[in-house]
Amino acid sequence: MNDVKNEWPLWEVFVRTKAGLDHKHCGSLHAADPKMALQMARDVYTRRQEGCSVWVVRSDQIVASDPGDKDMLFDPAEDKVYRHPTFYKLPDSVDHM
Amino acid sequence: MQASIQLPTDPKLQYLLRIGDACLILGQRLGEWCGHAPIVEEDIALSNMALDLIGQARGVLTLAGEQCLQDYDEDQLAFLRDERDYLNPTIVELERGDFAFTVLRNAIVATWLKLLWERLRDTSDAELAAIAGKALKEARYHQQHAADWAVRLGDGTEASRQRCEAALARLWLYTPELFEDDAVDAAAKASGLGPAASELREPWLAEMREILDAATLALPADTAFRSNGKRGVHSEHMGYILSEMQYLQRAFPGGAW
Repeated sequence: MNDVKNEWPLWEVFVRTKAGLDHKHCGSLHAADPKMALQMARDVYTRRQEGCSVWVVRSDQIVASDPGDKDMLFDPAEDKVYRHPTFYKLPDSVDHM
Repeated sequence: MQASIQLPTDPKLQYLLRIGDACLILGQRLGEWCGHAPIVEEDIALSNMALDLIGQARGVLTLAGEQCLQDYDEDQLAFLRDERDYLNPTIVELERGDFAFTVLRNAIVATWLKLLWERLRDTSDAELAAIAGKALKEARYHQQHAADWAVRLGDGTEASRQRCEAALARLWLYTPELFEDDAVDAAAKASGLGPAASELREPWLAEMREILDAATLALPADTAFRSNGKRGVHSEHMGYILSEMQYLQRAFPGGAW
């Protein structure tokens, strides 16, 4: 138990590939503090020109939905196709929406 | 077996080799961490930096081959010289050491290279200026990476602090060499190729003081010891690293993949 406690906390890494796009989750890593997490995220996840900006977030700060609630939360959307904006044509300038 | 190449005595060639070989040999040393670093993220970080340094060495050695020698390319310059024809400062060839030694050597060398690249952006050689512009960004990161670890280890546990102090005491012996002028520096300064070694000493010392202060490590005292790698007189570690580097090109001349 002590071993687990002494481990560096886990961080989730989000990388933005280019200006205008959103940050996408790409993985996680262990680091002692925010500065180290950013440095390691840069070294591990942007080696092949993947990014122009990086976010790191402590994994234990993320609030997640319960997989057991999946049916209740997400299945009701299944038969509501009218919520899709498929009938609208987006102008090119907002292509990344 | 491939014979060694012979080099003419040319101050421009020597100035370029001092820079290119510093990057080449430190890149090779840092590469020794690949698969052995304390954590996987740091393994990748050190390998990234090794590759940055090899890239810088390629640029400078290619330039030296094109401008100062007729028949040699980067590979021949990197792998087919005799020990005495490598002009890197001794500090980069010292054995890999522990993580504290690695981090503090990187802090010392990256700070020196950063200041050198900064000034080389104004060199009279357009190609060298372009290499410097790119390398400067990499050196800034190397310096920051090393400085961050210096704080964590220097101001860390009793054990990490002791290792930092031991590493620093040893490394400091090899720093005066970085800032000693000779005829090569005088020629470079006169032609506008680049700064004399001694010009970087004060700014380097100021930045090192800042890094070591933050790490609560004391600046070691100066000693009378002088190393001479940049004049081709190397430590006992140089032969071993060269034999590893040169094996393939010597055994399979011209081998490429």
